[in-house]
Amino acid sequence: MSHHTISVRDLGFVYPDGTRALDGVSFEVGHGEAIAVVGANGAGKSTLLLHLNGLLSPSEGSIDIGGTPVTKGTLPEIRRAVGMVFQDPDDQLFMPTVAEDVGFGPMNLGLPPEDVEARVTEALARVEAAHLRERPPYHLSGGEKRAVAIATVLAMQPNILVMDEPSSGLDPKARRRVIGLLASFAHTRILATHDLDLAAELCERTIVMSGGRLAADGPTAEIFADDELLAAGGLERPLGMQACPVCRER
Amino acid sequence: MSSIAAGLSTIDRLDRLARQDTAVHRVDPRAKVITTLVFIVCVVSFDRYEVLALLPFVLFPVVLASEGGVPFGFIGRILLVVSPFALLVGAFNPWFDREVVTQVGGLGLSGGWVSYASILLRFLLTTAAALVLTATTSFNGVCLALQKLRVPDVFVTQLLLLYRYIFVLGEETLRLAQARRLRSFGRRGMGLRVYTQMLGQLLLRTVARAQRIYLAMKCRGFDGRVRMAKRLHFGAADLAFTLGWSAAFVLFRAVDVPQALGRLVTGAGG
Repeated sequence: MSHHTISVRDLGFVYPDGTRALDGVSFEVGHGEAIAVVGANGAGKSTLLLHLNGLLSPSEGSIDIGGTPVTKGTLPEIRRAVGMVFQDPDDQLFMPTVAEDVGFGPMNLGLPPEDVEARVTEALARVEAAHLRERPPYHLSGGEKRAVAIATVLAMQPNILVMDEPSSGLDPKARRRVIGLLASFAHTRILATHDLDLAAELCERTIVMSGGRLAADGPTAEIFADDELLAAGGLERPLGMQACPVCRER
Repeated sequence: MSSIAAGLSTIDRLDRLARQDTAVHRVDPRAKVITTLVFIVCVVSFDRYEVLALLPFVLFPVVLASEGGVPFGFIGRILLVVSPFALLVGAFNPWFDREVVTQVGGLGLSGGWVSYASILLRFLLTTAAALVLTATTSFNGVCLALQKLRVPDVFVTQLLLLYRYIFVLGEETLRLAQARRLRSFGRRGMGLRVYTQMLGQLLLRTVARAQRIYLAMKCRGFDGRVRMAKRLHFGAADLAFTLGWSAAFVLFRAVDVPQALGRLVTGAGG
């Protein structure tokens, strides 16, 4: 069975303190699609992502991953299919060395040590971090941490990659490398980000969240050209799509 | 607050020492953990007025440190930093226990002073042994050994995460302290009240981070047990290390070696 598609229907979520974070969110994601989820702070992006592999359970509505509903019983299967990269790599890298961290997921899958080893080597090579394997994670640079965090998820061989702010806190060169890396993946990808230029580069489709609702869902180029929609969502055109102020002066 | 930075750099140095490759480093972590435990049990099991009989135990941390490439100065400095705790624990003994138990050079020494010296010596011995263990095994190696020795997973996971996040927490504290200092203009920045609030802040941040870490672990199939991939091999040399040292400790515990040596030197009659 293929786990590459996502179907979210009428998703609503209310935090225990009564704050409504999501309200009637519905969308479908096809095999291999790359989708950007954008919106102002507090628009519900992160809450939405946490539902995609069952870290939060919906108050209303439902989610299917590749036709399998996300329920308590299907969680192990869902979490194998949906790999999640968190915003702060320090939250994700908790093992003593990089290699052990990348091997953490495969070990939990119950794979034999040789297979774990093969997956660690492959995942680290994929993100060009093979040389970091014996280093403790807290001594890595921001870009290295990000690459390793992605490797920890790749080692699980997921069908879908969900990432929260993949470019936050990175210097331009490290950001460029992450973008190149993400572009090279064939996985179905969901990226929540404030980096609209990254969204414009990587995703053919964009979902705009605003106040816990879906404000828009359509081709990235169209959405980023709609200034009214962007302003309502607390956003603005990506820099790459704005007329360059320096050139304009001349 | 620079003491936090100093603390972090000490942990970092311990970590780097643990990455050396010496005969002591190559001994199986389990052998070193068990031996150190036997050492500690023997040292603390002495009578409270015992001082001289404890001296032979110095051998263990000294031999391990010198063979394991751990500088004495480094261990000494850490002992100095943590010693106020032990100094306070026994500080009232000389007041409460004034009975003279021994004579040194014509001066009567009260039981309180003797037991105080005994406490300090035990503190130095056990702490030095634990430090040398960490510096030759690595903290994570110790955790691995504990896991293989079937210590419950809850404890091992706690220790592992504590060690991993002490850096993150320390740096967060430093940033918080820096933010306060930058706006307190050399004054005390509203004093104690601010400190309690900072502590509260730190607790909340830590709880939030713990939740995020737990979510990240759950995403990768965490079920309560951190599986460490490294395989250990407990060979004949490791067995010899454990039994040899343990036998020595039991001997030091059973026989008062300094006294026996003294008798030997001064002639059997003594």
